[in-house]
Amino acid sequence: MHGLANPARFLRLARWLLPVTLVPGLVLSLGALAWGLALAPPDHLMGVTVKILFIHVPCVWLGMAGWSTIAMASLAELVWRHPLAGVAARAAAVPGAVFTALGLITGSIWGRPTWGTWWVWDGRLTSFLILLFLYFGYIALADAAQRDAAGGGSAGRIPAIFGLVGAINIPIINRSVVWWNSLHQPASLTLGKSAIDGTYLWPLLIAALGFSLIFGAVVLARMRMLLAQVQTEARLRRKALG
Amino acid sequence: MSAAALLKPKHQRLVLVVCALAALIGAGLLAAYALSRQASYFYIPSEIVANPPDPDRAVRLGGMVEKGSLKTLADGVTVNFIVTDGKVRVPVRFSGITPDLFVEGSGVVAEGRMRGKQFSADNLLAKHDEKYVPREMRTMTESDAKQVVAQTQ
Repeated sequence: MHGLANPARFLRLARWLLPVTLVPGLVLSLGALAWGLALAPPDHLMGVTVKILFIHVPCVWLGMAGWSTIAMASLAELVWRHPLAGVAARAAAVPGAVFTALGLITGSIWGRPTWGTWWVWDGRLTSFLILLFLYFGYIALADAAQRDAAGGGSAGRIPAIFGLVGAINIPIINRSVVWWNSLHQPASLTLGKSAIDGTYLWPLLIAALGFSLIFGAVVLARMRMLLAQVQTEARLRRKALG
Repeated sequence: MSAAALLKPKHQRLVLVVCALAALIGAGLLAAYALSRQASYFYIPSEIVANPPDPDRAVRLGGMVEKGSLKTLADGVTVNFIVTDGKVRVPVRFSGITPDLFVEGSGVVAEGRMRGKQFSADNLLAKHDEKYVPREMRTMTESDAKQVVAQTQ
């Protein structure tokens, strides 16, 4: 970990890692979606609506994985003051919010023909909507803290605390269908068990892997962008002062 | 020398964050536990029979549509069926268009009011279970079953 504390070394690694994650991610995602959307058979009850699964499930997983990334990076920032931790958390926020929004939209489109409604205020849907609002709050807060730090203020400790506090929502989302009666069905995939037939399971898992690789690539690209931004601002400030 | 002075700043921060997280998780669990009744989206038949709501209060009833209980009335739009949780059965009446996934033996959430012993629904939502099975598989097992029946006769 501390080998990567040097941003220059990290940037060299990120430059190499970016295409290594992005290209397989795109290939796997497009392949799995083509397989799932074109070849997978219709469900015995839902018909072709089942195919939304291949987009919806990877998106909601990554929406939750995105906040888990923020929480772990926030912990590293608060405790170890790792110089890249805050950058990683900020970089994960935007793709996490995008996947969360996509998960909500695709879920709504699936719900209309399956349940007979676009939206209900049950435990799972409500806690997931709160996750999207938490992302919006985190992005706004981290941007404000960044501007503050550029003006000579303390670095973003407040967003890190917010990132950790917001993580309490992740187990609530996970357990919402168990604790409360909800319209949303319980988890189909738990460790070692699957209620999804193999014809759907494989494209789903490959799509999830592909989406995750794209997510990783976007986080790396955004980390490079954020580091370049900090460098540019520091250089301009030196020029203005000197 | 105090205990805090013995710890490195890094470890002090770690202890502090872990304590704060433990308090936070405790608070979250307590809140979720307190919400356990109110945050449910519907009542199951046992709850609605044990604790009948006011006749004017709109509630949701969720459970399984009992097999063989679904009957369409002569007007063609009113359906009667029984919602069960395996222990208690509640008769439900609904007038209107039912969702595509509304079939006997699957889950349903009915919005409406208790009228005496019967639940009068204004709206029906189909509840999907966590299983995903292709159509071919379903028909294959049915035809397999028929084949087995034919062979044994």
